[in-house]
Amino acid sequence: MNAPSFPRSGQSRPVRLDLAAVAAMVAPGSRVLDVGCGDGALLQLLAETKSVDGRGVELSQRGVNDCVAKGLSVIQGDADTDLADYPTDGFDYVILSQTLQATHHPRQVLVDMLRIGRRAIVSFPNFGHWKVRLSLLAKGRMPQTTTLAHAWYETPNIHLCTIRDFVDLVEELGAHIERGVALDHSGAPIRVNAPWWVWNLLGAQAIFLLERDAPKKISPSTAKNT
Amino acid sequence: MANALPAIETLSSSDALNGRIVEFPVDRPLITDGGGCVTPLTIAYQTYGELNAERSNAILLCHALTGDQHAANMHPLTGKPGWWDVMVGPGKPFDTERFFIVCSNVVGGCLGTSGPSSINPATGQAYGLGFPVVTIRDMVRAQAMLIDHLGVDQLFCVAGGSMGGMQVLQWAASYPERVFSAMPIATAPKHSSQNIAFHEVGRQAVMADPDWRGGRYLEFGVRPEKGLAVARMAAHITYLSEPALQRKFGRKLQDRAAPTFSFDADFQIENYLRYQGMAFVDRFDANSYLYVTRACDYFDLAADYGGSLAQAFKGAKTRYCVVSFNSDWLYPTSASRAIVHALNASGASVSFVEIDSDKGHDAFLVYEPDFIATTRGFLEAAATARGLPRASETRAK
Repeated sequence: MNAPSFPRSGQSRPVRLDLAAVAAMVAPGSRVLDVGCGDGALLQLLAETKSVDGRGVELSQRGVNDCVAKGLSVIQGDADTDLADYPTDGFDYVILSQTLQATHHPRQVLVDMLRIGRRAIVSFPNFGHWKVRLSLLAKGRMPQTTTLAHAWYETPNIHLCTIRDFVDLVEELGAHIERGVALDHSGAPIRVNAPWWVWNLLGAQAIFLLERDAPKKISPSTAKNT
Repeated sequence: MANALPAIETLSSSDALNGRIVEFPVDRPLITDGGGCVTPLTIAYQTYGELNAERSNAILLCHALTGDQHAANMHPLTGKPGWWDVMVGPGKPFDTERFFIVCSNVVGGCLGTSGPSSINPATGQAYGLGFPVVTIRDMVRAQAMLIDHLGVDQLFCVAGGSMGGMQVLQWAASYPERVFSAMPIATAPKHSSQNIAFHEVGRQAVMADPDWRGGRYLEFGVRPEKGLAVARMAAHITYLSEPALQRKFGRKLQDRAAPTFSFDADFQIENYLRYQGMAFVDRFDANSYLYVTRACDYFDLAADYGGSLAQAFKGAKTRYCVVSFNSDWLYPTSASRAIVHALNASGASVSFVEIDSDKGHDAFLVYEPDFIATTRGFLEAAATARGLPRASETRAK
């Protein structure tokens, strides 16, 4: 097989299953901010299949350069510090793929995401997966799996959580889950209709589409004092 | 403007020196922000490549403080390659086989465009300080007159570094519909106190030279070379990073084994700066230095838009690529980030790259592979969006 020396975007490139699952949650033609967009694979997929107006934020210079070279609008920046500068309601969706667990302030990152966009899509490795639990229980060691491949002393994943932890946090933030999907280690969706605790055992990763709750109606007399 | 006299295109008497020249007649003056008037207005410029039939492939390059129109040809005074030779040429990011590239000397400059060393028609002498103080916006107004003259409605890209980057920002703010894409590089949305401070040191050095003669030195047949050289020496330090200076010069001595216990140039860095200063006075006018530094000092784009930088870019469809260099302490990454934040807030399409380089502010003028790759990628994507042929298609012809 001859690999082209200058691969064109979107041609005969296998689509990562987890990216396809994220893309499936995005309405066509919407405005999307991809936080931690890496080499721009998701933004490209969204541009090609959903005609979105996409922007990205990426920490690594290599990633940004790759994205800009592909014609994507990407800014070098840090989810922890730079989301604060984005205007409220600037986007329809704010996406964070496999990055939440590597941020310093995941809660604040989620708050900002739900401010910048009415909807947020978040994917993360599930620390509640049965293999993770078994590894810690049986071996007494920090788990290393396909999804969580790093040794404890070099992992970028400093804020791991389980699906259950995440669901609780979303409630606290004044948002609700529109859709959710658990993925196996290959990134394929687990097609079972099951309660959260089952997903929390079987899902190696999870993807959630969150939506900001509608603002609570307040009476004019109360509003005056706020 | 139907009755306006046409601008006159001439080749300067020493055409190799200034390139192409256009003179705008007296009924088309440049009215400056300070209330002054430049007429007749002369603009010296260079072009590279061909304008396509649709007039959609024109790129304006804006030069930095002491740059000029000679972006990609051998410089007539120094004999050295143009200031952006690494970026402009066949097959380079600003590909002269694909794009029609224009670069003009700024108003207030000294290489053919109207400036303090031009002859004031009212007196028959050089303007000197009689030339109106100009701003970045005045420079851009003059460029817009040139672009009109060249028959270009919308520029495919406006790009430039440092003071050139300020012009890029001003272009995008003043003429949003005329700028399809913009690359402000190693620049800032306003001059900081420190920026103004360094410029003031330079101006005072020029004006302290007895040969400056209140700005009228040309009338006396002298030039304040020592003052201008000192100004350049001080400024040159701000263009380089401390690590690069250390790496290149350290404490190395110049052609001697031991200090001479004198004020001779014992250290290599002293010798280097003296050389930079002396080389500069051969190609630059001292009064022009006062004018262009002043233009930068007055630059504060947000101030023209009620204090909101985002307002300056509001509603624009221009695609931006903002570039900074991590060792640039003159116009640091934080200044570029301020631009990026404003562009984000205004909903503009923006990319931002901080290039890893130890070359300081001058990094945008030298060979930096990551910077070149970024520029290439951005222009390629913009060209596709603009419906211009891809690089490979141009090559195939």
